[in-house]
Amino acid sequence: MSVTFTEDKLKKAQEIILRYPEGRQKSALLPILHLAQEQFGWVSSDTMDYVAGLLSITPVEVYEVATFYTMFHLEPVGKHVIEYCRTGPCCTMGGEEVFSHLKTKLGIKANETTSDGLFTLKEVECLAACGWGPCFQIREKYFMHLTNQKVDDIIEELSK
Amino acid sequence: MANDIKILTEHINTPGIETFEVYRKTGGYNAVEKAIKKMSPEEIVEEVKKSGIRGRGGAGFPMGMKWSFLAKPEGVPRYLVCNADESEPGTFKDHYLMRNLPHLLIEGMIVSSFALGANTSFIYVRGELMYVIKILEKAIEEAKAAGFLGKNILGSGYDLELVVQPGGGAYICGEETALLESLEGKRGNPRNKPPFPAVKGLYQSPTVVNNVESIANTPWVINHGGEEYAKIGIGRSTGTKLISASGHIKNPGVYEIPLGLPVDEFMNSDQYLGGIRDGHYLKAVVAGGSSVPILPANLFYKTANGEDRLMSYESLSDGGFPTGTMLGSGGFIAMDETTCIVRNTWNFSRFYHHESCGQCSPCREGTGWMEKVLHRIEHGHGSMSDIDLLVDVAKKIEGNTICPLGDAAAWPVASAIRHFRDEFEWHIKHPNDATKPGAVFMGAEILA
Repeated sequence: MSVTFTEDKLKKAQEIILRYPEGRQKSALLPILHLAQEQFGWVSSDTMDYVAGLLSITPVEVYEVATFYTMFHLEPVGKHVIEYCRTGPCCTMGGEEVFSHLKTKLGIKANETTSDGLFTLKEVECLAACGWGPCFQIREKYFMHLTNQKVDDIIEELSK
Repeated sequence: MANDIKILTEHINTPGIETFEVYRKTGGYNAVEKAIKKMSPEEIVEEVKKSGIRGRGGAGFPMGMKWSFLAKPEGVPRYLVCNADESEPGTFKDHYLMRNLPHLLIEGMIVSSFALGANTSFIYVRGELMYVIKILEKAIEEAKAAGFLGKNILGSGYDLELVVQPGGGAYICGEETALLESLEGKRGNPRNKPPFPAVKGLYQSPTVVNNVESIANTPWVINHGGEEYAKIGIGRSTGTKLISASGHIKNPGVYEIPLGLPVDEFMNSDQYLGGIRDGHYLKAVVAGGSSVPILPANLFYKTANGEDRLMSYESLSDGGFPTGTMLGSGGFIAMDETTCIVRNTWNFSRFYHHESCGQCSPCREGTGWMEKVLHRIEHGHGSMSDIDLLVDVAKKIEGNTICPLGDAAAWPVASAIRHFRDEFEWHIKHPNDATKPGAVFMGAEILA
């Protein structure tokens, strides 16, 4: 499968590369991987090769980075990726109960996708929103002060 | 000492404060005018030194001293990098500051970059906070349009570009050399020191890395002077500190407190945390982010010598590791009697295992062993020798790794066993009781 950025994304990628001193274009790797994930939903090895080409670096330099940082999805994901915080403070704020409810509601475990392809669940570590927990993130948006009721409302809204 | 002094958050509730226009009306960017037009870079460094401000990311190293270490070889660019990779469990103060007061950070970045002679500076924000990155980028555009950023700032001849860099979800990148590696487009593996970033940092050039909150203090220091700043606080804990509070308290959130505020007042007054939720009582506190030693309530309120504890670097660490803790990042987690310390310790261990970069074997292997052993104790399969095994593994990680993540993983385990050993023993002796949902050991009484 060949991978290419849309015209907008390509323009954005070129702007990002120019932020760094000459010869330091590799610094653009993380922002451009985010850009790629925004367009394709996940980061395939073809995408990694494509990004390597854009930055004039070797593919392995992209592989080692894409597999180190946990925000990059290395397999296809559902339409909505729910990344819920499993770390201590969110648990203290009631996270274990709320996220167990979330799993029951969707009928899946962490790292699974619903059969309709709508939701993927991922467990993540601390999202820096502890006092506003329990919390999860769906793409860029934070959902905080979660309760079972709020989870139901969010899932229903996104299922429409 | 007035408890209501606000260095950072005075205007945080002003509607529209995230815009340049409103921020400017509250006196914003006056520090840039003063610094660039009336002060030399050396004078600014001197004021920051006089302020006594200590790094707000967790280590508490004096900021002025860090600045003075910056090497200045001819013809080599210097960099300022703001560490906004806030990821220490319990800590969400920088998140709060950046999303509400983006211009305060940008103003701080401008004056700090000018003081250090940097013409390109970076704000490295954890990638999960993409919405905050967009807020910062918008604020940068506004500041640029008003002539406070870009070429020839305020006609002074000084140029500065600010770049906001997203991370990718790796706690380790909060360690400054890992952050620099990441900013260079690599895996976040911490570097061996020396050389320190002040000599060889970003792109092998002299670099200062400072936390968001540290940098956000610099406009006030410039406007009012370092000596005025040093009058706030207590002893070597000068100024105010943002404390992000979570857990079983009535009022979770972010508070700007003068350093030296009595712990009891912070914990129980309605102005701050409002005490533990109704019908419950405080069991334990993690005062400065998940890596600092956990303290039982009695040692949190009073030192081992019976003195009232204060929210300051010195008072919280009074007693050292046996009976004290650390102010750390200000990530404050309060736990009531329904909290199982074994489960919480296992949770924290899982975090550090997950976040270890894998470079040093004591950390890579040790965090995994600790997580496994804690998992089996929590799930009813532990044996008595496991407790000493945990202490032993923690000891063998501590001090034996390139970066402090190893220490950060070891301390919560060692301190939980130090102060709550009977709870671990109860889990091992009574696995059937201990594995009931919500079961917690409380001495003679068992909550289940």
